[in-house]
Amino acid sequence: MFNIIWYSMVIVAAIFSIINGNVDQVVGNIPLNAKKAFDLSLSMVGVMAFWLGLMKIAEDSGVTNILVSLLKPIMTRVFPEIPPNHPAMGSILLSMASNILGLNNAATPISIRAMQAMQKLNNNPATATDGMCLFMVINASSVQLIPTTGIAALTAAGGLDPSKIVITVLIATTCSTIGSVLACLFFQKAKLFKNL
Amino acid sequence: MLSAGVISSHIILAIVVAIPSVAWFKKVTLFESFLEGASNALEVTVKLIPYLIGMIVAVGMLRDSGAIGALSNLLAPFLGAVGIPRELIPLGMMRPFSGAASNAIMFDLIQEHGADNIIGLTAATIMGSTETTFYLAAVYFGAVGVKHTRHAVPASLIGELCGFIASVFICRYFFS
Repeated sequence: MFNIIWYSMVIVAAIFSIINGNVDQVVGNIPLNAKKAFDLSLSMVGVMAFWLGLMKIAEDSGVTNILVSLLKPIMTRVFPEIPPNHPAMGSILLSMASNILGLNNAATPISIRAMQAMQKLNNNPATATDGMCLFMVINASSVQLIPTTGIAALTAAGGLDPSKIVITVLIATTCSTIGSVLACLFFQKAKLFKNL
Repeated sequence: MLSAGVISSHIILAIVVAIPSVAWFKKVTLFESFLEGASNALEVTVKLIPYLIGMIVAVGMLRDSGAIGALSNLLAPFLGAVGIPRELIPLGMMRPFSGAASNAIMFDLIQEHGADNIIGLTAATIMGSTETTFYLAAVYFGAVGVKHTRHAVPASLIGELCGFIASVFICRYFFS
């Protein structure tokens, strides 16, 4: 999939930069954006190390297993390919919990830990498993309960009651999660995008 | 009133205290575990770098070329016909590509229309119910070196569209 996405992005950008006559700007920003991406990656090392370290403690002390045993019936149904007592289950749960709570700094490293655990069970390491796809799709549908960014922006602009978007976000994000999970299961069953 | 930021700081502190506490009582050599986990970070990040550079440079080209704006204009009449406000289309188009750029669009919409206007409230709702799909795909699959992501991105984009449409109609019901 990355092949098609990346190629189309570059081609579409090239065509529109010629039409709009801003080739200079588009090309000039390539090295700047590459540097920005590199800096962004490096800036993640510190916080990543901290949370990966903490997650390792959670795993070694059995905290993640406690969580998993509570939600085992649901988890084994949602991720049937993962053995119920595998550390991947615990990492997936912790990742979802941190995303629901909106712990942005922690959520990315914890989610990466879950992906690593699932990758260990993957017989075909270059290709995503069903579980990985579903896991990413659920997180990409935004499961955060409190829309902190939106509330902050509305507050900054002098809104009378910015927290009233909590209810609309809750309903909308439920729709996005249901929609993406259904699409994910449909694509998986229909074996669309199988080799992409 | 407790703000969401204060609440999430307290949750983080609780986690940072609770996990080592359980380890302590279970007599796990907790700092050794911490070091073992943390030493993995540089390796993960190094794996991520090429994925993020590829994605962020391509998104930057797409944004700078004006393609997203042009596509928004192209779609506006059709989406307008089914009741989607024209002002929100660039936000919806940018959302899966760039968190920073879509955030900036949301701020502009709120500043321009006011924080109690339906456009601003809907923009904030859209931001809260969707994610930066392409960035997330690069980070999640980049960290483990997966190249064939199958249906993960298409399914996420469908979810994103559901969130966008739902936000427009739910906000119309609640705020107008």
